[in-house]
Amino acid sequence: MNLTEKEQRMLDGEEGYAVRKSMEILVALGDIYGAERLIKVGSVQVAGVSYHNLGDAGLEFLNELAKDGRVKVLTTLNPAGMDLENWRNLGISEEFAQKQNMVIEAFEKMGILVSCTCTPYLIGNLPRYGEHVAWSESSAVTFANSVIGARTNREGGPSALAAAFVGKTPCYGLHLDENRVPDIHVKVNADLTKFSDWGALGYAIGKKAENKIPYITGIKDAELDELKSFCASVVTYGAKPLFYMKGITPGAENCQVPKDSVAVEQSDIKQAYDNINDEVTDIDFVCVGCPHCSIKEIAEIAELLRGKKVAENTEFWVATSRSAKQLADKRGYTQVIERAGGKFACDTCMAVAPLKGRFKALATTSAKGCFYSRQSNMKTKMGSLEECIMAAVTGKWSN
Amino acid sequence: MEQLKGRIIYKGKGEGEALTTSMPISFYGGVDPNTGEVIEKGHELQGKSVKGKILVFPTGKGSTVGSYTLYRMKKNGTAPAGIINRECETIVAVGAIISEIPCVDKVDIARIKTGDTVRIEDGTVTLVQD
Repeated sequence: MNLTEKEQRMLDGEEGYAVRKSMEILVALGDIYGAERLIKVGSVQVAGVSYHNLGDAGLEFLNELAKDGRVKVLTTLNPAGMDLENWRNLGISEEFAQKQNMVIEAFEKMGILVSCTCTPYLIGNLPRYGEHVAWSESSAVTFANSVIGARTNREGGPSALAAAFVGKTPCYGLHLDENRVPDIHVKVNADLTKFSDWGALGYAIGKKAENKIPYITGIKDAELDELKSFCASVVTYGAKPLFYMKGITPGAENCQVPKDSVAVEQSDIKQAYDNINDEVTDIDFVCVGCPHCSIKEIAEIAELLRGKKVAENTEFWVATSRSAKQLADKRGYTQVIERAGGKFACDTCMAVAPLKGRFKALATTSAKGCFYSRQSNMKTKMGSLEECIMAAVTGKWSN
Repeated sequence: MEQLKGRIIYKGKGEGEALTTSMPISFYGGVDPNTGEVIEKGHELQGKSVKGKILVFPTGKGSTVGSYTLYRMKKNGTAPAGIINRECETIVAVGAIISEIPCVDKVDIARIKTGDTVRIEDGTVTLVQD
């Protein structure tokens, strides 16, 4: 890779340990993937925040970097392993909270915004069309590439941090035009009638377009929250973190339609539900917000929960960003949800909180949430928001 | 002494007994960072320890958290002494760099057998005859 004089000096250690380590990472990745140079990035999203995944070694690594590492661009953070303010209410142990707070302190020292959300594009980290960024968090990466039309590879935690300390990333993969060409035409011949159908569609397309860039036709309309859910699902179940949806996402109109094609029929949507759902009736955990709920989704939840009561042996969590929660506080949604016995899980979610052994069966609107909850040995049910609220109120899945 | 030329992912010297597999390795969830033992169900190396070995495998796979797992192994003293890949990818490359484990790729890994004594020195892999 060709480095400028200044970049070479950064690699030689002129700006200290964190920048040197970062340059080592960026140059090695650039060499592996054939990048010719580094390019500037507009922003960074850093994953690898939950102490549950980092452990003491990860914490130690972050502390090392925090000694002299300071971010050079707008940098936001993925969800942590707990609600940073209200962790006790979510049943998190004192010991875990202490470690998690140390992780957060290290990130703060680096100059990172403690946004703790997988939806940075909803809280102020919103790239423009065509902008180069370095994001981790696969659902956000897919959203940035596809719905916004920004450009990012799927970074891991350390490579995203490296990009933040240098302000640049190696120019390869999805930063280049030639690697953003769709290679499979997905014809959707199915009606999407409820929110979770978008997760099911992501599952079906992810499996059919494994490691490919889908060009999707047959979708008449899509709301932002539906696209957010689809992004999380399609990349979790196998596609590359970029798709085009004709009439919906930018750039689709200029694509050459790929010759290779597959169809998604109504039966594929049903099959997705069958594969994701387990045989289970008793539900002890209902969690919505994977990816994090928007303020619009919180409003819908409040409306459905108004005047109801969450079942005694069931936990109901609304996973969202702190800033969406603050809007919900002002509008009174928080009060409605909490009065019904629901809990807000800000800054965290079901995929990264330490939940192993706590719950037996999850009901959620999220296909991605089902995938990651298996790590915590939960049975899963995916359905509409109405079905999930019903499960929270009765403690049962009703079909 | 046979020498194989590769590409440096992370510089440095490492020597030890080779542990080889034709299957990709996921460090997160696939290797126990406390013992160095491969725990992935159905993996060729399941039950074997990578600790102190020159670990030879085609490429990494799985979650990007795997980079931190390698770092954790280094701190726990359970990391391999060196890594040789056919084709290195992001997870292993970043893991090797942050953990300072000598790592080489673009090597014909079929030439190396489990039990061989292997030395990595920057981009060169030497099969040491006993």
